[in-house]
Amino acid sequence: MAHSVDDSGQSGGTRRDFLYLATAAIGAYGIASIAWPLIDQMNPSADVLALASVEVDISKIAVGQRIKVLWRGHPVFIGHRTPEEIKAADAVNIADLRDPQTDAQRVQKPEWLIIVGVCTHLGCIPLGTAPGDPRGDYGGWFCPCHGSQYDTSGRIRKGPAPLNLAVPDYKFLSDTSVRIG
Amino acid sequence: MSASAKPPVFKNPVVRWIDHRLPIFSFMDHELNEYPTPRNLNYMWTFGSLAGIVLVIMIITGIILAMHYTPSAALAFNSVEHIMRDVNYGWLIRYIHMNGASMFFIVVYIHIFRGLYYGSYKAPRELLWLLGIVILVLMMATAFMGYVLPWGQMSFWGATVITNLFSAIPLVGEHIVTWLWGGYAVDNPTLNRFYSLHYLMPFLIVAVVMLHLVALHRFGSNNPLGIDMKGPQDSIPFHPYYTVKDMFGLAVFLVFFAALVCFAPNMFGEPDNYIPANPLSTPSEIVPEWYFLPYYAILRSIPNKLAGVIAMFGSLALLTVVPWLDRSPVKSARFRPIYQQFFWLLLADCFLLGYCGAHPPQGWYVIASRLGTAYYYFHFLVLLPLLGLFERPRPLPMSIGKPVLGGGMAASAAKTMEKQ
Repeated sequence: MAHSVDDSGQSGGTRRDFLYLATAAIGAYGIASIAWPLIDQMNPSADVLALASVEVDISKIAVGQRIKVLWRGHPVFIGHRTPEEIKAADAVNIADLRDPQTDAQRVQKPEWLIIVGVCTHLGCIPLGTAPGDPRGDYGGWFCPCHGSQYDTSGRIRKGPAPLNLAVPDYKFLSDTSVRIG
Repeated sequence: MSASAKPPVFKNPVVRWIDHRLPIFSFMDHELNEYPTPRNLNYMWTFGSLAGIVLVIMIITGIILAMHYTPSAALAFNSVEHIMRDVNYGWLIRYIHMNGASMFFIVVYIHIFRGLYYGSYKAPRELLWLLGIVILVLMMATAFMGYVLPWGQMSFWGATVITNLFSAIPLVGEHIVTWLWGGYAVDNPTLNRFYSLHYLMPFLIVAVVMLHLVALHRFGSNNPLGIDMKGPQDSIPFHPYYTVKDMFGLAVFLVFFAALVCFAPNMFGEPDNYIPANPLSTPSEIVPEWYFLPYYAILRSIPNKLAGVIAMFGSLALLTVVPWLDRSPVKSARFRPIYQQFFWLLLADCFLLGYCGAHPPQGWYVIASRLGTAYYYFHFLVLLPLLGLFERPRPLPMSIGKPVLGGGMAASAAKTMEKQ
């Protein structure tokens, strides 16, 4: 019966167009609203987000020593810098840097350098934290994967990496303790 | 398939180029678009496509759940709680998967009883029916193993009871059960193998569904009249007529499904399954999921271990010989006055068995489930063959097109509408 009804008339055509569009819009809304949960489930779950900050006791880190802590699945380097290292970081001509930043922009307290230990090239962990590691030409970190070299402020000086080692959000809770994230 | 079908001509040159070398577009056009379908299918014929859609929903949600689930006796229960509480929309995805199993069985059971009512299993569709039974058995195995994965009390004791069914086999029974468990009790090895197989089997179901569709499209759908299509006047193209009908059926079905998931997600579940598995204590009452209750009633109705197991599996096996037990040349129950009544009796019998299966085997439940079991076998083994011999069917219509287009009243009514 339906196929014998003529719907090519003016009013009929508009009505059908409207129905098509309305149906398609409702259908698209329905598909989008069920697609989002299926996509969002792969984002970090509540228990992962709950572990997104760590507190570190820094009282045991001697001057000149560097340590690694795990934060959101990545290493964070905490360095207790010597006066020479601080001086070397300050002495750099900002104009020569690939990713220009002063040392003061990268630290809250000059003696404590806190940076994410992930090379900005392709994600390896640069060497230079443990004693005896190669530290590169600038006394900072040296990435063994593709030879990027960072200085005592964690800034990129040589090699393929485009950016300085990232500085995470952190806060000194006291003189001996810092919360990262 | 109909000889009059012309190969489609595609406007898009890329489609034409591909189709000349790999005729997938012609294939899809032939099977989903132009595919000639009886013009008189009612909504009972929507349940096949619904079953296919539920299978897809189950596979998608299942693959997602597998991303967050841990198949280990020590961690499984907590990982399911992690899905429910921590994973973004995990509760929604798990409830869809959990209730999707129930939906799948509702849809498939209606699909099967549709086949029984309209005689869809009769020649030339016997293999189509048999492939359907294979799908049902695979579904049951998949559902059972999936129910074990949350590793709650019902999971654990359900797995123990069901695997112990095989211990009824003489001589080798105990060895088979140990082999199934991978140990001396249901434990971590059992959980791991069930997880592996639970992931595998849906894809086997997909493969058998493909065969089911190939067999279906060989002769096309049966129809409420149960008579063959005799020409183009009896059929309409699948698209848009049945795509739109199936879409409407799907919309109604999804409303029902969504209401269940959002408002009563644990209606079909057992509270005991939210208690972690404890090998030292059986829950006071072990009940399988609702879709297994009739079989469970048959199992318990017979006071002998081996005979009970045989009767239970036999009730499924019986379905495979239905095309040969039913000797009547008339397919649709519409034209079989006596079979029609016994069909409804069989349906009521299955509900009775399900009801008995949900209650402890005491008092009148025992008697009722014995009567129910006896009638189930009586229906298939005695009534079906005898009805074929003694029943006098009503006269069949000349063609599908005739009662639809009609003579007299119906035709003149259609003409008036055309004039308007």
